[in-house]
Amino acid sequence: MTSEAGRGGAASLPITIRRLTKHYGKFTALDHIDLEIKSGEFITLLGPSGSGKTTLLMMLGGFVQPDAGSIRFGDQEVVLLPPHKRGIGMVFQNYALFPHMNVAANLAYPLKLRGCRRDEIADRVAKALELVELAGYGERGVHQLSGGQKQRVALARAIIFEPRILLMDEPLSALDKNLREKMQLEIRRLHDRLGLTSVYVTHDQREALTMSDRIAVLNRGRLVQLDQPRDLYEQPTSRFIADFIGETHCVPVEVREGQALLFGKTLQLDRPLRSTAPAQSLALRPEKLHLLGCDVPPQLNVIEGKLRQHVFQGDSIVSYVTLADGREIAVRRSQGFGERTPEPGDKVRIGIAPRDTIIVPDDEPTAPT
Amino acid sequence: MLRKSATSTQITHLQRLWLYLLCGLVVVFLVAPTLLVVPMSFSSSRFLQFPPPDWSLRWYRAYFNSIEWRDATFISLQVAIWTMLVSTVTGTMAAYGLHYCRLSLRRSVQIALALPMMIPVILIAVGVFMLFAPLGLNNTITGLVLAHSTLAIPLVMISVSAGLRNFDANQEMVARSLGASRIRAFLTVTLPQIANSVVSGALLAFVTSFDEVVISLFVAGGDKATLTRRMFLALRDEIDPTIAAISTLLILFSIVLVGASQFLRPGSKT
Amino acid sequence: MTMAHSEAGTDLNATALERSARNEQLRLLSLCAPALLLIGIVALAPMGWLSGLSFVGKDGLTFANYERLLHPSYQLTLMSTFQLAFVVTAICLALGYPLAYLTAQMRPRAAGLVLLCVLFPFWTSLLVRTYAWLVILQRKGIVNTWLENLGLIDEPLRLVYNFTGTTIGMVHVMLPFMVLPLYAAMKSISPDYLQAAASLGAPPVKAFWQVFVPQSIPGVIAGLIVVFVLSLGFYVTPALLGGGKVMMWSMQVERAMEVYADWGAASALGVVLLVMTIGVLWLISRLVGIGSLIERD
Repeated sequence: MTSEAGRGGAASLPITIRRLTKHYGKFTALDHIDLEIKSGEFITLLGPSGSGKTTLLMMLGGFVQPDAGSIRFGDQEVVLLPPHKRGIGMVFQNYALFPHMNVAANLAYPLKLRGCRRDEIADRVAKALELVELAGYGERGVHQLSGGQKQRVALARAIIFEPRILLMDEPLSALDKNLREKMQLEIRRLHDRLGLTSVYVTHDQREALTMSDRIAVLNRGRLVQLDQPRDLYEQPTSRFIADFIGETHCVPVEVREGQALLFGKTLQLDRPLRSTAPAQSLALRPEKLHLLGCDVPPQLNVIEGKLRQHVFQGDSIVSYVTLADGREIAVRRSQGFGERTPEPGDKVRIGIAPRDTIIVPDDEPTAPT
Repeated sequence: MLRKSATSTQITHLQRLWLYLLCGLVVVFLVAPTLLVVPMSFSSSRFLQFPPPDWSLRWYRAYFNSIEWRDATFISLQVAIWTMLVSTVTGTMAAYGLHYCRLSLRRSVQIALALPMMIPVILIAVGVFMLFAPLGLNNTITGLVLAHSTLAIPLVMISVSAGLRNFDANQEMVARSLGASRIRAFLTVTLPQIANSVVSGALLAFVTSFDEVVISLFVAGGDKATLTRRMFLALRDEIDPTIAAISTLLILFSIVLVGASQFLRPGSKT
Repeated sequence: MTMAHSEAGTDLNATALERSARNEQLRLLSLCAPALLLIGIVALAPMGWLSGLSFVGKDGLTFANYERLLHPSYQLTLMSTFQLAFVVTAICLALGYPLAYLTAQMRPRAAGLVLLCVLFPFWTSLLVRTYAWLVILQRKGIVNTWLENLGLIDEPLRLVYNFTGTTIGMVHVMLPFMVLPLYAAMKSISPDYLQAAASLGAPPVKAFWQVFVPQSIPGVIAGLIVVFVLSLGFYVTPALLGGGKVMMWSMQVERAMEVYADWGAASALGVVLLVMTIGVLWLISRLVGIGSLIERD
C-alpha cells in the first residue's frame, strides 16, 4: 500500500508548502498551511466542503494565488510561476476534455505545445492510450466516451508529457459507485507504476483511506491532521477527525490528573492523553466494541447500558445501546451470538480494549507536523 | 380541441381564442410589410401601386446600371467588413478581460463600454462630425469604420460575454496546466468553443454598420456616400422604385444572415 | 514546524504575491483598452465637447444657445417627442406582452419560429422597412385601396406623413426590443406557481394577474426602458414617415447642424436630449435599482 518516498525516481519531485494563506474578504480560505509531500508520495487532501482543500490544490496548480506563503517543487520556488510553467499534470472533476478535438488530439495537445515531432507524438499517444487501456480509441470523439473512459483520457492527457507532479480534483465524483471503486485502484496502480508525486482532493473519506499514502485533513482552512490512513482512523487527534473519518459515537468523559473518567470510572488507556482539558470525548467505533456475556475479561473497559434494538445489515448486525445519560451508541458484530441473544430492553455490558479507547479533545488543535 | 384546457390554470383554448388571433396579427404585422416590398420591386410602374399593373425587371436594371448605387453599395460593404473586423477583435478582447477581471474598476469600464447603446445615435453622429472635422476624417472610410465600431463593439461584447458565461472555465485551466500560456490557451481551446458567439457578434457588427443611417448622413458625404445614405435621401426627396429592388436584395441578404445566425446559435451545434 | 514557527511573524512572499496578483488583474483589464479608447475618443469625448460648445456663442461664454430653446416651437417639439415615445412604448407593451406570453408557453420549435419572426425586422434594414410602410400607408397604398374596394371609406385616409404613420413605423421598429426581454423574463417563470395558484382555487384570470404578472415585471421594466429611451432619440422613422409634420427633438438637432450649420445651437439641443435620456434612465434606476439595469446584459 505505501510506496517508499523517492521510489518514483528522477521524474517526481517533493513538494514543500509553507505558511500558505488565503483570504477572500473576511473569509479565511487557508490559514498558514504547512505541508511536506515526499517525492513519489500519494497524498490526499480530505475535508468537508469549504475546508480549503480545493483552494490548496488550485494553488499548487497556479490557478489561485495565495496572499502569502511558499510552494516549492523540489528546490524551486513556484508560488509566483504561472500554471503553464509549473510542469504539473491536472485532472478536473468534470474531466475538461476538449470537445472540439478527438481523443488523440486531446492527448497530443500538451506534446504539441512542447514542440514534439509528429511521429514522436503519435508514438506517445499510442503508448498513453495503452497505459489507460484505451488502445484504438484515438479517433473517437470525446462525446462518444463513457464516464469512465473520459476519466481515463483525462488522466492520460495529464501524464503524457511526463509531468513531475499530478494533481487531481475529485476526479471520480461523477462516476457511479462500482466504477468509482474500480478507478480508485486503477489510479493508484498507475501512480505506483509512474512514481509521480500525486495530490488528490476528495470529500469521500473512504476513497481517501483506500488510495493514499498519507491523508491531510483540512477543516475551515486549517490542516487538522496529517497521517497514514490507518493512524488517522485508529488514532484521531481531535473530535473533528473522529467524527469525520468512519462511524463514531462520542461520549463525554471527565479528565482529572491525567486520568479519563467515564461515569465516574477510570478508563484504562494505552496512550497518554493528548490534552489536559477537563472535558473531552471518548470516541467509540462500532466495530471495536464488544457486547459482553457474564464474564468480563479484566483488561477491558466496560460501559453499561440498555439494549434498544438490533438491526440486521447483511454482513453484520448492529446493536443500538442506550447509556445511563440517555446517549446512544452502536455495536457492530459480524456474527450472531453464541448461547444467549440479549433482547431489546435487556441490560448489557460493552467492552472496549484499552488500545481502542480513544480520548479526543473537544476543540480542534492544529496538527503537529 | 377548443374546449381542452390550454394551461395548468385550466383556461380553455376557446376562452383564449382572442389571444391567438391577436398574436397572429402581431406576427403578420412584424413580417408581412417587409415582404410586400418583394412584389413591388418587380413592378413595371413608376408609381407605388399594389398590386403592380405589370411585371418587369426595370428597377433591377436601374440599380445595376447606376454607378452611384453600385459605388454606394461597395462603400457600404467595405465599411461594414472593416467595422466587423475592428469591433470583433476589440470587443472580444474586452469581453474576455471583463469576464476574468476581479478589480472594482471593472464595473466602471463595463458601463463606459455599454454607453454607446444608450446615447441617441443622432448625438453620436453630431459628436463624431465635430470630432472628425478638424482631423479630416469626415467623408472617409476610416472615419466611418471608427464611428460604426463604437456602435458595434457593445453588441459584440454582449454576444461574446454570453458565450463566455456558458463556457466551462476548467477547459482553459486544464489547457494552461498542460503547458499553454494564457493567450495560447485562449486561441486553441477557448476561442474554438465560443466561436459561435464570436461569429454571431461579428454578424451583428456587420449588420449594424451596413444598416447604419444617421452617422452616415453626417460623415459619409461626397464620393464616400454609403448605400443607406443614398437610400435615405432618395426616400426623403422623391420615392424612386429602384429602392424596392435594392430592398429586395437587402431582404435576401438578411435572410441569409438570419439563417447563419440561427445556424450558429449556441447549442445548435456541438 | 520549528522553521515555520521561527518565521511566524513574517508573511512569506506576501509583497511579491500581491504585486503579481495586481499585475495579472491589470493585464486582464488592459484587454479592454482598445475598445475603451475607441469608444472613449470617438463616442464619449465628443459628448463632453458638445456640452462645452453649447455654452460658447459669438462673444464668449453664454447661455444664449439655451435661451433660444425657450421658444414655443421647441416646446412643441419637446411635447411631441415625449408624446410619440409614450404612445409607441404603450402600444409596444400592449402588443408585445400577449405575444411574449403565448410564445413562452409554446413548445420550443414553435417558439423558435415565432422568435425568428420577431427577429426578422431586427435583421432587415431599417430603411427597407420604412420604405415598405410608405408603400402600404400612402394615399394610393394597399390599405387605402382595400378599404375603398370594400366600400368602407369614400376617400383615402391620411395614414402617412403624419403622427399616425410615424407611430405605426416606430412600433414596428421597437416591438422586437419589447418582446425579447419580456420573453426572457416569462420563460424563467416556473409554471409550478400557476399550478399552485390553480390548486389553491384561483380562477385563471386571477392567477394570471396575481401570480404571473408580478413575476414578469423585471422583463416589463427592461422592455419599457429600452423602447422609451430608444424612441426619445429616434431619427430615421419620424424623419421619413412624419413628412415634416412630426417634429422630433433629434430632427431639430439634425436641422441645426445640416441646415443652419449652427454648432452652438446643435450642441445645446444635443445636451438637452442627452440630459433627457440620462434623466429617464436615472429616474427608472431610482425606481427599480441600478443593479437590475446593468446586470441585464
